[in-house]
Amino acid sequence: MNQWKNFSKGFFKENPVLVLLLGMCPTLGVTTSAINGLGMGLATTFVLVMSNLVVSLVKSQIPDKVRIPSFIVIIASFVTMVELIMQAYVPALFDQLGLFIPLIVVNCIVLGRAEAFASKNNILSSALDGLGMGLGFAMALTILGGIRELLGNGSFFGFKFIQGDGMLVFVLAPGAFIALGYLIVLINKINKKTA
Amino acid sequence: MEYIIIIISAIFVNNIVLAQFLGICPFLGVSSKVETSAGMAGAVTFVMVIATIVTYLLQKYVLDAFGIAFMQTITFILVIASLVQLVEIILKKVSPALYQALGIFLPLITTNCAVLGVAILAVQKDYNLMESVVFAIANAVGFGLALITFAGLREHLELVSIPKGMKGVPIALVVAGLLALAFMGFAGIV
Amino acid sequence: MLTLNLSVSERRLRMAKKESTFMSMVLTLLIVTLVASAALGYIYEITKGPIAASKLAKLNNAIKQVVPEYDTIPGDEVYKMGIDGDTLVFYPAKKDGELVGTAISTFTNKGFGGNIKLMVGLLPDGTINNISVLEHKETPGLGDKMSKKKSEWSIQFNGKNPSDFKLKVTKDGGDVDAITASTISSRAFCDAVERAHKAYMEGGKK
Repeated sequence: MNQWKNFSKGFFKENPVLVLLLGMCPTLGVTTSAINGLGMGLATTFVLVMSNLVVSLVKSQIPDKVRIPSFIVIIASFVTMVELIMQAYVPALFDQLGLFIPLIVVNCIVLGRAEAFASKNNILSSALDGLGMGLGFAMALTILGGIRELLGNGSFFGFKFIQGDGMLVFVLAPGAFIALGYLIVLINKINKKTA
Repeated sequence: MEYIIIIISAIFVNNIVLAQFLGICPFLGVSSKVETSAGMAGAVTFVMVIATIVTYLLQKYVLDAFGIAFMQTITFILVIASLVQLVEIILKKVSPALYQALGIFLPLITTNCAVLGVAILAVQKDYNLMESVVFAIANAVGFGLALITFAGLREHLELVSIPKGMKGVPIALVVAGLLALAFMGFAGIV
Repeated sequence: MLTLNLSVSERRLRMAKKESTFMSMVLTLLIVTLVASAALGYIYEITKGPIAASKLAKLNNAIKQVVPEYDTIPGDEVYKMGIDGDTLVFYPAKKDGELVGTAISTFTNKGFGGNIKLMVGLLPDGTINNISVLEHKETPGLGDKMSKKKSEWSIQFNGKNPSDFKLKVTKDGGDVDAITASTISSRAFCDAVERAHKAYMEGGKK
């Protein structure tokens, strides 16, 4: 039951993007389409799970004062791995996400979870926490990407529904801010009802 | 001429915050007052320029020279993290006044993706050292401009009556969207 | 390091943590960095091949789109020419030893959103065979119509020889129909094609 909570809190109650407002840069930067959002979300999930796992594994071996630098090295290694693997096997997606892949390393969610959760909990809980947070992040990005793609381009996951262009402002920079703003209002409403 | 294009492009056309979506966390986090925004902008400028110089040299003389360019991310973030620490220590000793003004913002900068982003972008764009420095300064100014403008807008927002659900972050995001829309008007000038 | 993150959790954790002596700190950082570097080196070795292959495939794909059928590997005979502060790259395509066309990776910095990179395929006499957009930051719905994924606009260049087809938009007295509401993007596109063609005719031909 408790483990389920570790996993599920990332989706609504503590959704990293929509409730905690962390990791805003990739959230706004890559969500021009649902597939980009999903790709970015899954890449971040991988880094989150792996870094949480390793941090939890080595937490008692690391002296307190060099904790943060050690965590940063661990996270940066996994980010670089994701970078290399994506470049090799999904180059098209890698080109789309561009700069935001190396920037996972400064995504506040990753270091935040390592520091606030994984450095205090056992391996299983930490992995589940990372997975839940990561998937919650991926979910938020996919929804936002989907909304922007649907409104701006008339398509969803690349399938065209409406001929011609949509409301183009939504695939441009301003649309990112505005769509996210209204999405947060919506999530606040939902959370208030269930709470 | 080359420099002017870099400067205008980085500040207005491809504004780091409003068009490239880097440094959004401080943009939303510390922009409720003009004064704190100015402090943050100052601290970011400081670190961004130094970080870009150091990472440029590292990329050229260490990473590229030894063929280990894939270590870029890990090297750059470590450089930035230690640099922030170093700047904090030096500032404390050398200029207590400046430390008082910028000190509280410094730890936040390590996870400011604008700093790492600009360092990586300068390498990706194949700039030389001088161009990288200009690029870093221009981006820092662009960051400051967006931050301070936005803070000014938010100070006014507090006095306006808006629907309850929109208060706080949502309305701030919508305003940021309108600001981004305004900045889009600069497109095409270079 | 990062005093900000230390404050809250510090006291609670101190008991369970290892002592922070100078030696243990240096040792820990050393080990962490070494393990990380070793792991990355390993992954790098594995992915090196596939990364190179996917880059080559992308290049060959772009070349294939713009020149007639060939049987050599254009990437093998590539030559470059520095011009206007950047570089044009020529990829000659041959069939049975004879030149059938040259793919030229060209650029312009006059786009609405900055740089645009095109792959222009020229036949040996300088006629445009086909053009594909490699990279652009033009406005979605307007300037991005230059890409074949978005509209058929750029097909008008195919089969035209710039010696009697003026590479300028009609507004500037040329023969190119500009994209509606995107004159700047269209001009930039012409500029890039013109640059490739001019360089090719003035000694880029091999």
